[in-house]
Amino acid sequence: MPKDTGIGASTKRREDIRFLTGRGVYTDDLSLHGQTFAVMVRSTVAHGRIVSIDTAAVEAMPGVLAVFTGEDFKDVGGNPAGWLINSRDGTPMREPKRPVLAHGKVRHVGDAYAAVIAETYAQAKDAAQVLSDATVIEDLPAVVDMRGAVADASNRVHDEIPDNVCFDWGWIEDNRAAVDAAMKAAPHVVTLELTNNRLVPNAMEPRASIGEYFPGTGDYKLTTTSQNPHLTRLLVCAFVMGIPENKLQVVAPDVGGGFGSKIYHYGEEALVLAAAKRLGRPVRWTAERTESFLSDAHGRDHVTKIEMGCTLEGDILAIRTETLANVGAYLSNFSTATPTFLHGTLMAGPYKVPHVYVNVKAVFTNTAPVDAYRGAGRPEATYSIERVVDKMCRELGLDPFEVRRRNLLTPDQFPYTTPVGLVYDTGNYQATLDKAVELADVAGFEARRADSAKRGKLRGMGLSTWIEACGIAPSHLVGVLGARVGLYDAATVRVNATGTISVMTGAHSHGQGHETVFPQIVAEKLGIDASSVEIVHGDTAKIPFGMGSYGSRSLAVAGSAMDRAIDKIIAKGKKIAAHMLEAAEGDITFADGKFSVAGTDKAKTFGEIAFSAYVPHNYPLETLEPGLEETAFYDPANFTYPAGAYICEVEVDEGTGKVDVVSFTCADDFGNVMNPMIVEGQVHGGVGQGIGQAVLESTTYDENGQLLTGSYMDYAMPRADDVPFYTVDHSCNTPCTHNPLGVKGCGEAGAIGSPPAVVNAVIDALQRGGHTHVTHIDMPVSPNRVWQAINA
Amino acid sequence: MHNFEFVKPSSIADAALALSGEGAQPLSGGQTLLPTMKQRLAAPEVLVSLTGIAEMQGVCTGDGGLHIGAATPHVVVAREAASHFPALAALAGGIGDPAVRNRGTIGGSVANNDPAACYPAAVLASGAVVVTNRRKIEADDYFQGMFTTALEEGEFITSVVFPIPQKAAYVKFNQPASRFALTAVFVAKFDGGVRVAVTGASNNGVFRWAEAEAALSADFAASAIAGLTVPDTDMISDLHGSAAYRANLVKVLTGRAVTAAR
Repeated sequence: MPKDTGIGASTKRREDIRFLTGRGVYTDDLSLHGQTFAVMVRSTVAHGRIVSIDTAAVEAMPGVLAVFTGEDFKDVGGNPAGWLINSRDGTPMREPKRPVLAHGKVRHVGDAYAAVIAETYAQAKDAAQVLSDATVIEDLPAVVDMRGAVADASNRVHDEIPDNVCFDWGWIEDNRAAVDAAMKAAPHVVTLELTNNRLVPNAMEPRASIGEYFPGTGDYKLTTTSQNPHLTRLLVCAFVMGIPENKLQVVAPDVGGGFGSKIYHYGEEALVLAAAKRLGRPVRWTAERTESFLSDAHGRDHVTKIEMGCTLEGDILAIRTETLANVGAYLSNFSTATPTFLHGTLMAGPYKVPHVYVNVKAVFTNTAPVDAYRGAGRPEATYSIERVVDKMCRELGLDPFEVRRRNLLTPDQFPYTTPVGLVYDTGNYQATLDKAVELADVAGFEARRADSAKRGKLRGMGLSTWIEACGIAPSHLVGVLGARVGLYDAATVRVNATGTISVMTGAHSHGQGHETVFPQIVAEKLGIDASSVEIVHGDTAKIPFGMGSYGSRSLAVAGSAMDRAIDKIIAKGKKIAAHMLEAAEGDITFADGKFSVAGTDKAKTFGEIAFSAYVPHNYPLETLEPGLEETAFYDPANFTYPAGAYICEVEVDEGTGKVDVVSFTCADDFGNVMNPMIVEGQVHGGVGQGIGQAVLESTTYDENGQLLTGSYMDYAMPRADDVPFYTVDHSCNTPCTHNPLGVKGCGEAGAIGSPPAVVNAVIDALQRGGHTHVTHIDMPVSPNRVWQAINA
Repeated sequence: MHNFEFVKPSSIADAALALSGEGAQPLSGGQTLLPTMKQRLAAPEVLVSLTGIAEMQGVCTGDGGLHIGAATPHVVVAREAASHFPALAALAGGIGDPAVRNRGTIGGSVANNDPAACYPAAVLASGAVVVTNRRKIEADDYFQGMFTTALEEGEFITSVVFPIPQKAAYVKFNQPASRFALTAVFVAKFDGGVRVAVTGASNNGVFRWAEAEAALSADFAASAIAGLTVPDTDMISDLHGSAAYRANLVKVLTGRAVTAAR
């Protein structure tokens, strides 16, 4: 019988009532007395030297209150990269300053070099156009293609970086000789060159920020679309503007999706704060959809050569990769961690491969910054590995299911230290593979293929066995690896006098469902009703210092902090109960919402204990503080390692090249599952994004650095009819060994595991259909590309 | 969007008068014009709405076939043309999404003559007559290249009259992002022969594929065009499809339309 409350229940999402009835309150919904409107002036060329900006042309226009240019911010700090990567030769990465507004040069189409503040949005918009026309920018040749950027030293995105290379990273450099030797000795080597396509995040809610300044106190307030208000505050205060942290409140109210793009601090946030101070009035800015395309941090964009050495029976002996990773024009906050420690460390996959070496060159180009996007580095690693394993099977005539079984780590091997520096704590990869094979009815594939053939379609099946590292992240480890922040999280559990509970969490929900899941856990642990638990998040003035939500970390890290805080509440409750029940503390047990003296019928309810804590008339005041509120910080001991097996079936229309994803089966191991419905929803969303990447989404810049896919007319987002009904299972779970809830992350899994399953299925369909010359098609496997491949 | 005047006349004569003014532009469903204005790429001074004119609304049979008022939204054509001309109704029902189909009109689509729009293929393949406030224009004379038509300054479409074929079908291959026609083909079989119109493919806008018409007039079967090739010389080449790919689609979709025709 499924539970209907507490841990493991598919409780319906309480936040959906307000989201679905239009009662959410997003940044742009706020209307403030005296507010003014900012419009950014953005470069229309990819690369150019700013010759002059005639601000006088707009200062007298109707309603215009202020004009800002890069000159106004040249003395404040740059928006930093959060992770220092050292090159193979030991030199630190090149870190050009990322200014609030471009100064001297513009470096990508959409790079903001000025802003206009006016009484109304229309006035600001008019003035921004005039200012754009009154700006002289000397065109410079654009650096767009990564190979060209590295090869041609004459053309520089940043004048001080001669080869456009941010770093040349080797992981692990000490593995290199052994990998080269293993590759040389291998009976067979499979080579695959592939592109992991650049994606535009496309959160439903565009970025928006409102700056306020209170002259009476000197306080600032920033309301913004952020996945992590404390991180934003830290970046704005300590790195960019020099505001003391205690003088800035950052609020992230309802946020309509992030997928990574709202982790980062962007220049508009500093701009609205500076403008609010200058004007003494609130300043608001909301991105238009075109601005989102041009200026949100994009995702992926790797060009990779992967080689896999193996035996003729399909045992993997060594993996070696060379990757060019596009970081765009500037380093966004996590941009240097994404292609390195979130990518290279996963390059052993779920396999017992003895030798792995990864080389990544990060390259500056005149394109929008690239940073972490749902999965962040792990989809790139998984795609490379699972595609090359598939290619190996074809080259050697081996069964892709059997080859996975030969190479997957077995349950007795955990904890397992990979050759690329991670320690997988637990897992059962055979179990998820077996479950996926059963649920996908692999045995019935031939019959389905025959049926597709009758309808004139080529059918193919693709497999991906994936693993990822999430629940970001153990601070001591990431510190060694170059992180400039800690990655713990925090929670305060406040039991109110009447027994209701407020949980202040450092996690931020922008679609995940924390307001539902976290109370389920509190209710289970305290034996109370979930409806009496409220989650408070997204406001630095209310919550403890937490690092926000990304990297599938909310439950594993912030949830663990909450769990620890609840334990402290229970411990204190026992002390109070011992006093009230005149028993020894060691004799008090807590279960089902009651503190009892073991072996007797003497008990106090949780509510009675809470009341006593706040009305301490009969209370051990000499040894115990009144009140019932506890805070815990939790720093994870390790990443969590969700893993699974995905099986995709596609139909390909030979005449048009169109790929239809007709079935998709997921067998995942997320450890203990708190709310199955929400977990399944996360998988649905992630797989939808993965199918989007594999089949539809292409971010294309032309040779001049103009974004050709800058609107939904040309950027193909997955729609409901582009994806099948999914079969999702999470029954084969091995609880995480190092966090108190035994949970692993589920938010990114779908986007990580699915793209190779789709592309493997497409290649399978074409191979079975007799197009044996087609061994690879880059994503997205669009109709045009598939048809070209068939007819090549 | 910049400010503009808005008028909504209730007769064709009043609309014609309003459109004779300086800076005036007709507005039907606004599915192209309004987004263009929102992007500040167009800034007409006066918009003359054509959707308040009763005689420009609705679907009925009459002399020469099926009469469709120019301001009739796609959703109405999809519903009311279904029993008379199912291929045309299916085309209307496949344009855009429900919001587009409830606002967008046949007259707006035919007047705009977007090279990837659906309706021009139906109008041309059916040999329909485009009726304006001034005259009647044969489909073969009406379409004059991408976004170019026989309409003159101040002239607007009031209805389109479709001869009803014995059999017809429209097969559209969606551009993956916009879901406009990457290429689409309308095949219509009449007593006097078969007409084949192609949209989405050519740099010159909607066109008739004469070789296929001849072959299909002799033998209305997909196999009849098997030996034909479509030159890719004037085909559109863009992010979503090369010229050669579109030329291939023309043939593949024509065959499928013949098979689907009913």
